[in-house]
Amino acid sequence: MIIKRTYLLAAAMAIMVAISCKKEVSTPDPVQTNTVDTPEVVKDTLPKLPKPIKVYSNDTVSVKAYDYAGLEYFLKQKNDTTYVVNFWATWCVPCVAELPNFEKINANYKKNKIKVILVSLDMAKMIDTKLLPFIKEKQLKSEVLLLRDPDADSWIPKVDSTWSGAIPATVIYNAEMRKFYEKSFTYDELEKEISNFK
Amino acid sequence: MKKIQFLALFLVMGALAAFTNPLAGGYKVGDTATDFSLKNVDGKMVSLKDIKNAKGYIVVFTCNHCPYAQAYEDRIVALNNKYKALGYPVVAINPNNPEKEKADSFANMQQRAKDKKFSFPYLLDDGQKIFPQYGATKTPHVYVLQKTTKGNVVKYIGAIDDNYEDAKAVKQKYVENAVDALLNNKDVTVKETKAIGCSIKA
Repeated sequence: MIIKRTYLLAAAMAIMVAISCKKEVSTPDPVQTNTVDTPEVVKDTLPKLPKPIKVYSNDTVSVKAYDYAGLEYFLKQKNDTTYVVNFWATWCVPCVAELPNFEKINANYKKNKIKVILVSLDMAKMIDTKLLPFIKEKQLKSEVLLLRDPDADSWIPKVDSTWSGAIPATVIYNAEMRKFYEKSFTYDELEKEISNFK
Repeated sequence: MKKIQFLALFLVMGALAAFTNPLAGGYKVGDTATDFSLKNVDGKMVSLKDIKNAKGYIVVFTCNHCPYAQAYEDRIVALNNKYKALGYPVVAINPNNPEKEKADSFANMQQRAKDKKFSFPYLLDDGQKIFPQYGATKTPHVYVLQKTTKGNVVKYIGAIDDNYEDAKAVKQKYVENAVDALLNNKDVTVKETKAIGCSIKA
């Protein structure tokens, strides 16, 4: 069931309209008020979920692949959830090492509206042989997306102007805040960073 | 008293700058790059100044284990084959600490150089002292240097080209374009690019 809710959030200095489009029913936000005066605007500005350029599947696992234009949606969602977007690959040793910390955050903070998205940068030839078996073997519960856009110079600066291109790299954002990290995370470090996003 | 307050303020600001900008030590285009003396896979020490007939250098931080570096190995060999004779030889440096990444040990470097028929020096950044001066953060990471009277000037930093996956689908050969421009006494148009790579294991 898809429930669309429009929240009007009034801040001391500015009024901000945030749109939430969720697949799950969530507990109502105490500060929300239903807006009746701006539905047309909302409809026009609500970004649509992009179509993947390809879906890679085996018997048990399926991963949606996007080019950067598609992936951008997942880096700019404005709702009441805080997103932890981790750029990784199965061949990246420090990425694989920190992955359980992101999985644990995703599991432990689900009720707190924190969602982990794992953006794989595995190469084409590795998707069937490495990525899909890895997701199955590790039983990854966080959402895994695949970024298939080899012209990296065109999109790395759009993710963050300070990103050199080394992975692991992580973006944490919500409707109000955004931070970029070109580093590995322990669970405690990740938890501490997320606690700043309220 | 005021002086002390000012001093304290400066110290705090200095400390903040040092902590908030850890990558500031790297070279920017236009900077003069340091020379080095690093051990090649043939056991001999190599410095840029020892390379004869060089007009400049294509310094590539690369390694054995990284799939992105592997994807570019043949293209790095091709760069050297094309540009060494023109005065821009490739000098490859493995910046990784072999204790952190066993695949990048000196013995494995020797094997890799042999297997892939590297026609250029493949040096170990022993002690991981050179890559931080250049500001390399990942493999592969290229610095095109031009030899001038005031030293080796950084003319290009970044990726080899715009498609790591498929050499045939490349549209922009960044390094070739930069070296071609230098050989023709022209300005390098694309001076800096970003690419995905494996973080350096220091």
